[in-house]
Amino acid sequence: MAQTEAELLDNPVAGNPTLILRSPDFHSITEAVAEPIERRTPIGWWFFFIPSVALLGVLGVAVSWLFWEGIGIWGLNVPVGWAFDITNFVFWIGIGHAGTLISAILFLFRQKWRTSINRAAEAMTIFAVMCALVFPGIHVGRVWVAYWMFPLPNQMGVWPNFRSPLLWDVFAVSVYGTVSLLFWFVGLIPDLATMRDRGTNSRRKFAYGLFALGWRGSVRQWHHYESAYLVLAALATPLVLSVHSIVSMDFAVSLLPGWHTTIFPPYFVAGAIFSGFAMVLTLMVICRTAFRLEHIITLRHFDYMAKIMLVTGTMVGFAYATEFFTSWYSGNPYEFFVFLNRAGGPYAWAYWIMVSCNVISPQVFWFKKARTSIPILFVMSIIINIGMWFERFVIIVTSLHRDFLPSAWGYFVPTVWDIACLAGSFGLFFTMFCLFVRFLPMVATAEVKTVLPQADPHHGSGRERESKEHRAAWPRGPEPAPEGAS
Amino acid sequence: MPLLRPQLPTGPHYGILAEFATPTDLYHACERVRDAGFTRWDAHTPFPVHGLDKAMGLRRSPLPWIVLVMGLTGAAGGFGLQWWVHADAYPLVISGKPYFAWPAMIPITFELGVLFAAFGAVFGMLGLNRLPMHYHPLFKSKVFERVTDDAFFISIESWDPRFDPSATGKLLESLGARSVELLES
Repeated sequence: MAQTEAELLDNPVAGNPTLILRSPDFHSITEAVAEPIERRTPIGWWFFFIPSVALLGVLGVAVSWLFWEGIGIWGLNVPVGWAFDITNFVFWIGIGHAGTLISAILFLFRQKWRTSINRAAEAMTIFAVMCALVFPGIHVGRVWVAYWMFPLPNQMGVWPNFRSPLLWDVFAVSVYGTVSLLFWFVGLIPDLATMRDRGTNSRRKFAYGLFALGWRGSVRQWHHYESAYLVLAALATPLVLSVHSIVSMDFAVSLLPGWHTTIFPPYFVAGAIFSGFAMVLTLMVICRTAFRLEHIITLRHFDYMAKIMLVTGTMVGFAYATEFFTSWYSGNPYEFFVFLNRAGGPYAWAYWIMVSCNVISPQVFWFKKARTSIPILFVMSIIINIGMWFERFVIIVTSLHRDFLPSAWGYFVPTVWDIACLAGSFGLFFTMFCLFVRFLPMVATAEVKTVLPQADPHHGSGRERESKEHRAAWPRGPEPAPEGAS
Repeated sequence: MPLLRPQLPTGPHYGILAEFATPTDLYHACERVRDAGFTRWDAHTPFPVHGLDKAMGLRRSPLPWIVLVMGLTGAAGGFGLQWWVHADAYPLVISGKPYFAWPAMIPITFELGVLFAAFGAVFGMLGLNRLPMHYHPLFKSKVFERVTDDAFFISIESWDPRFDPSATGKLLESLGARSVELLES
């Protein structure tokens, strides 16, 4: 199957082929998505879930010890403060951006292929934002004063400084998390109703029914629902672009060489989408095999995602080059020193890991063979996420560790607790994702059904011509694709 | 408040439920039901069928106006909060910036505008759709369980002026309904 599929991607006369393979009917889509949730918990799920929970436990221990002892347990000191903390925060927020790109921006651009992956990608966004929020929440080690971040009336009569990008960040990230959750929930309502109506026992019917809100698929309801979905997509699009722009302003608004550049907002947004797509790919490669969704999440989807990663990865590479050029062209010795030091200084190893993972290795995606090969895609997705984590590490640590005076220079080394917090955040992420795929439909069935050819009410007219075109592009059922239909 | 009043017929029957085999059949049946002059009726589908709102003769959703008002409220509230904090309640000099440094207040104004607009979109949609509504007479029908899977329905409610238990049922059958069912209230 995979072979035929990869070959079919080479067909340039395919026109507008069906996105879902094996020409299923509506019921078989429901069945393919809902059945894995209703079946007994497979052994394989525990194989992922138990290590995830163990890592989540590591986060629990690390954070408890942090609250008990204080932030001295981390390797932060003058001149490099909160190196891992900020790196992890920016990394996780960036991961989330692909989910919103798929659910909102591709929706506005009418990219129908998004329907197969948008639910899981949106879930990924929410869990990534949760992981990101851990770090500002714990970064002073005194979680009981976390409310100081918000403009709440308090006994001190003190208000936060709204002119600071750090406060913009609080608003941007919390609004982003809330809107992503609302968007995801709105998308889930029809599918929760499906789960309710399929429910075999009253507990299941009650649990799904409670959150399905009594959805009855009425066209009068769909009418407002579609309007709400479009509006949410239109709102989430500028929102997602603003979030990583504002995150980048935490750096760009400062006066530190290496941070104080106007290229940061677009550069950060491109990097965020780049890393987020890599994470979507990691998760989808595993899920589509584990849940036998190869006909819904196809190689065509991976091909498109790889192309987006090639574009955004190259944009990130272009930003690295521009930063270098600008630091030289500005004639500012501090600025130029920072960049020479990045590529050749004590952290050169981190810089070159970043460049090779983010700029050089994604160039394999110029080749269709690489874009449609599951092993290459999976390995590349992990390489890219390593590279993007290092990008944030390089920006933060190399800019800080050479202060203006050589007497204040230093070299940051993480402690075991820094690493435990990073590893633990992956535990939180994968635990949430495991629970999601176990209990909620991981493909938006109502949306996938709309891209089937028979979902169009005018499908009957001109059926002959249409199905001929489809057959030219994809095998419908077991028979091979006939050649050269026109 | 029409929003809070129960929206269900009070007679012995809720109405008639007819199942159709495909979106195409449903689409043409909806056009006919619309043209026959029914007003209290609805179609039910597992996914949004393109153009069915026009076949049913529905007007544009007023939801975007709710979103606009909510979004402007959020943005104005966000801007007002920042202005009040910095110019009135807690004036603080930070790196010599003016108290009312409005360009620095734009990001939070934007974020709060988006937040409120999103609340308007989601809760406005739920309000217009009268959800949550966990009880509905349609849920008594066994075949209706498939509405979230692969079945397509038209329901005509008994308080429609043109409703007649036998004639309306016959009309739906003549439009190609697979099955027709009279539902208790």
